[in-house]
Amino acid sequence: MQYSEKVMDHFANPRNVGEIPEADGVGEVGNPACGDIMKMSIKVKDNVIVDAKFKTFGCGAAIATSSISTEMIIGKTLDEALHLTNKAVAEALGGLPPAKMHCSVLAEEAIEAAIDDYLKKTTGKGLEKKKAHAHEEHHHEPDFRPN
Amino acid sequence: MKKLYMDNAAGTPMHYQVIDAIVPFLKEGFGNPSNLHQFGKLTSNAIQSARESVANLINAKVNEIIFTSSGTEANNFAIKGITAANKKKGNHIITTEIEHFSLLNPLKSLEKSGYEVTYLPVDKYGLVNPDDVRNAIKSTTILVSVMFANGEIGTIEPIKEISEIVRAKEIIFHTDAVAAAGNIPINVSNMPLDVLSMSANQFYGPTGIGALYVREGIRIQPFIEGGVQEGGRRAGTENIIGIVGMGKAAELAKTEMQQRLKHIQKLRDMLCDGLLKNISNIYINGHPTNRLPGNLSVCIEFIEGESVLLFLDMHGIAVSSGSACTSRSLKASHVIMATGVDPALAQGTVLFSIGRENTEEDVACVLEKLPSIVERLRQMSPLYSQKK
Repeated sequence: MQYSEKVMDHFANPRNVGEIPEADGVGEVGNPACGDIMKMSIKVKDNVIVDAKFKTFGCGAAIATSSISTEMIIGKTLDEALHLTNKAVAEALGGLPPAKMHCSVLAEEAIEAAIDDYLKKTTGKGLEKKKAHAHEEHHHEPDFRPN
Repeated sequence: MKKLYMDNAAGTPMHYQVIDAIVPFLKEGFGNPSNLHQFGKLTSNAIQSARESVANLINAKVNEIIFTSSGTEANNFAIKGITAANKKKGNHIITTEIEHFSLLNPLKSLEKSGYEVTYLPVDKYGLVNPDDVRNAIKSTTILVSVMFANGEIGTIEPIKEISEIVRAKEIIFHTDAVAAAGNIPINVSNMPLDVLSMSANQFYGPTGIGALYVREGIRIQPFIEGGVQEGGRRAGTENIIGIVGMGKAAELAKTEMQQRLKHIQKLRDMLCDGLLKNISNIYINGHPTNRLPGNLSVCIEFIEGESVLLFLDMHGIAVSSGSACTSRSLKASHVIMATGVDPALAQGTVLFSIGRENTEEDVACVLEKLPSIVERLRQMSPLYSQKK
């Protein structure tokens, strides 16, 4: 299990790290027991994401997927951003090891959570129907621990 | 950039004298040891002398050592071989929650075929309570297996006490001594150990060679069937290169042990003190004193271990992590979790394991690089900003 050069680049030089001071939408997903928490904040103007920043607690893949997904949604309309799939994020990174695909799912969920928050704030109503996430990608190997 | 290896728990670099011992056999060690000609004699003599050295390392008899392909094989062999040879006596096995997967997974298989396994907990230092062993024993117990020392957190278990309890009940006792053998003194004539696993790449021997000590008179079913190698208990033409290397490594471990212990312990304490001084919210895993000399496992709060590992690697420093992300199961290390560490904190596990080749400069280098890596990752972590 080795990371691609692109993953290592985004891990070592992450883009858009931080929090937007007066963000229009903030989404936080994941849980520490699973090893990753992603917090995404976005700035929206005329239905277009004009800025995105992240903070991530997690492994190399989690940081790299957070970084590249901020790059991928800046300049996109909300609808376009919602259509970004975890597979597209993983592909943009030159692929992820199978056990790390869940990190890309988390990035997709973080974007969705941030947009949902924005819609709630502006329209009083969140996303009507959340996307069905590719949770089969959440590659859980059998539990080796004793019961 | 200097390459700095501090992952000796995962595998040690070969001692130069081990390499010197192996080299002639790369050229001349092709003769099958089972054959009577001079080529076979050369290799069978070499194997015999290596077996003596390995036996001598733990004060065993020569015929009590069986060479295996690894520590993993030794553990599989012990668990499956002992239970199969003793299944008429019962089906209950006692072990602990912090064993290596090479022990836990064979036990999982046995559970599926009708065996019953008790997994004993450990305290916050990773210590097994001997009373728990005593209380878990029942009339159907045929095997107790408790590791000698844990390679992830360094804790050395009270094996003398546990093995005496088990012996008093006339039950077979196995210990996985892969992390311990060759690094700390083990003497099988001092305590009633029946079966013991070890691996050469934990004490500066080659990878791909291990051994199982089986006390004379203990019944064990052969692991690999075929020829009469290893007394018919582990068939297959011997790994001559590996065995010669393990023999030399065992000999050196015995003669150099005290000086290695002193050197490694000093570096480990330097690193430990330095980390506690230079990094906030950092916690040491394992027992404070009763521990393997080179092991320093820490939990660094608010960040994740694999990220630390990757950044250190960019500076040429190789360590291990016990975080979920470095395991295929996506769970933090079962060992760290068994000691009761909070799951989020457990994600920040980093294991430094110091070996005989490490120097004070190595420790200084880690102490120089690590604080800024931790700070950088913390600045990126939502857990850290919430805390502040």
